[in-house]
Amino acid sequence: MARLVELLLLLVILTNFIVLGTTRLSTCIRAVALQGFLLGVLPLALYPRGELHTWGLALGTVAVKAVILPRFLRWAIREAAVRREVEPRVGYALSLLLGVAAVAVAFAISGRLPLPEGARAMLVPAALATVILGLFVLITRSKALVQVVGYLMLENGVYLFGLTHVEEVPFLVEAGVLLDVFVGVFIMGIVVFHINREFDSLDSTRLSELVDR
Amino acid sequence: MILLGLVAVPALAAAGAYAHREAPWRTAWLITGALLHLGLVAFAWASRPGPALGGWLALDALGSIVLATVSVLFAVIASYTVGYLRWEQPRGGRAFVSCLLVFLAAASLVALSHHFVLLWIGLEATTLAVAPLIFHRHDRRSLEAVWKYLVISSVAIALALLGVFFLATAQAGAGRPLVLEDLVAQGTRLHPDWLKAAFIFLLVGFGTKMGLAPLHTWKPDAYGEAPGLVGGLMAGALTSCAFLAVARSTQVALAAGVGPFIRPLLLAFGLLSLGVAAAFLVGQTDLRRLLAYSSVEHMGLLALGLGLGAAGSYGAVLHMINNAFVKGLLFLAAGNLLLRGAAGTHRTPVSAGLLLVGLFAVTGSPPFGTFLSEFAILGAAFQGGHYWIAGTALALLALIFVALAVRILGVIHGPSPGAAEAARESPWLVAGPIALALAVLLLGVYLPSALVDALGAAAGALGGRAP
Repeated sequence: MARLVELLLLLVILTNFIVLGTTRLSTCIRAVALQGFLLGVLPLALYPRGELHTWGLALGTVAVKAVILPRFLRWAIREAAVRREVEPRVGYALSLLLGVAAVAVAFAISGRLPLPEGARAMLVPAALATVILGLFVLITRSKALVQVVGYLMLENGVYLFGLTHVEEVPFLVEAGVLLDVFVGVFIMGIVVFHINREFDSLDSTRLSELVDR
Repeated sequence: MILLGLVAVPALAAAGAYAHREAPWRTAWLITGALLHLGLVAFAWASRPGPALGGWLALDALGSIVLATVSVLFAVIASYTVGYLRWEQPRGGRAFVSCLLVFLAAASLVALSHHFVLLWIGLEATTLAVAPLIFHRHDRRSLEAVWKYLVISSVAIALALLGVFFLATAQAGAGRPLVLEDLVAQGTRLHPDWLKAAFIFLLVGFGTKMGLAPLHTWKPDAYGEAPGLVGGLMAGALTSCAFLAVARSTQVALAAGVGPFIRPLLLAFGLLSLGVAAAFLVGQTDLRRLLAYSSVEHMGLLALGLGLGAAGSYGAVLHMINNAFVKGLLFLAAGNLLLRGAAGTHRTPVSAGLLLVGLFAVTGSPPFGTFLSEFAILGAAFQGGHYWIAGTALALLALIFVALAVRILGVIHGPSPGAAEAARESPWLVAGPIALALAVLLLGVYLPSALVDALGAAAGALGGRAP
């Protein structure tokens, strides 16, 4: 099972790089949907006894992060007639290079931390890498919809770290966290939709009317 | 049961309000929900209910103070909303009243949670409930404000969740996971390095929600674009909830003996907030952005009080109550002026008078409650030997007083509307702010003994004492 966990975590990190490297908005959304699916499978691989709690977590995560939210984001693209390119502030090649550096930093930090033992220890570097890359996407991509993808990556990274404590945190609480993320992305999507209708663009750099005068 | 009711009643009222298509029914749900909640809070203060949900929900001194503050402020804002909805129909329609009530449910959850993830869920829910309220006009400016608010707050709160998980790692099996009482009781068994990392993430995450500089950048935009009553709710109630979250994190850190690590952090955020607020208040022209920077200032004072400890903790908790009421008063009064157009086709003598009262209250002048609480915080700085902190804070407060006075007096004595007759100010629109002004005045001259006891207990939990 440890091998499977390692493989899944490797794939999670790879999906981060797809978001960094792609030119197309729809690929970004597909990548983050795939990441959501991997995150849903992870608890089953980590805790193979397969209690009801683990299954509930897996199903809830897959439903929200791999199915509902990506569908909703695709709906927003279609309805608001968003241009399909990512239009980054930092070039794709440089993004990928910085991404590699970020992963290296995440592993270096995790190596120095006093970690919980066992297979769960591998979660920490993957989690930190995903958090850092999510923040990176939020900062370097000016299109509002891609920023939502960045936020989802960040949230996925936090979730990965949370998996080290899955047995201690009860299901009700995890469901609450999942619900909050769901509603958060939902409201963001609605705002993105209105931004695009109002500004004819999803570029958040156009949002610059409110300043101190 | 009461504890669950405090969360369930506003949540049910929100659902009830959403189900009705007629505006009067929605208003009725709002008032009923607010009054029932207020009644339950009073009952909870009298009966001191035990913990519920296996210790996850409990009512301690600090939580009950935040709960009562939010409930009173919400009742006032609910009454104001009745008058507001007659003047302006927000585009949100049905959702407007429901979002207000969902906010109350989420804020109650924050005040009652003794489980860190539950606390996080409540705080995130308050953020999300407020977002549609800022965005009620659906124009460019409110879109920009709500986008900044959503992105900055969501990222911050995600980092706070990471902080909560760090805390769970620090705990590593000592007591019930992430339950406040056990974290405090087992303080010495927590892993100090993970705990320090956790505190930094929690402070950054929850501090952003409070609006501590330099994490305050969403605040002027959101407060500037939101309707007055929503601004009052955010500056009064939302910040109090975020302060409670920071205070809970402080409580755990102090119990674990990392006070020397966290106090300088809190002091630095506090002083920086005062400095940034002073810098941006000078020359600020927009009334609501002015109030937003004033809110940054007061959050800075709260952080200072927490960081100083001793009588500072007492002052911080008292100041949280005062700040909530004063900000409610100011935003509602400012909202009244803006409802009629700031340039003015009508005169609004009562609201202008309230704004003047609010000016003296917000700058900590006697005999208002803010004077006592600011005095306690600054006094703690002098007593603790932090002379340069006290000196800097005093100088900045003086500068802030001048900046606020110049601008607010300018609004009150602004260009006369000429021949226009004095507008009849609807009692709904002025009764609430008047009640808040009286409350702040009362807190300055007389503190009920139940409140004094609760304040002492809350300060004790935060490593301080009554002065």
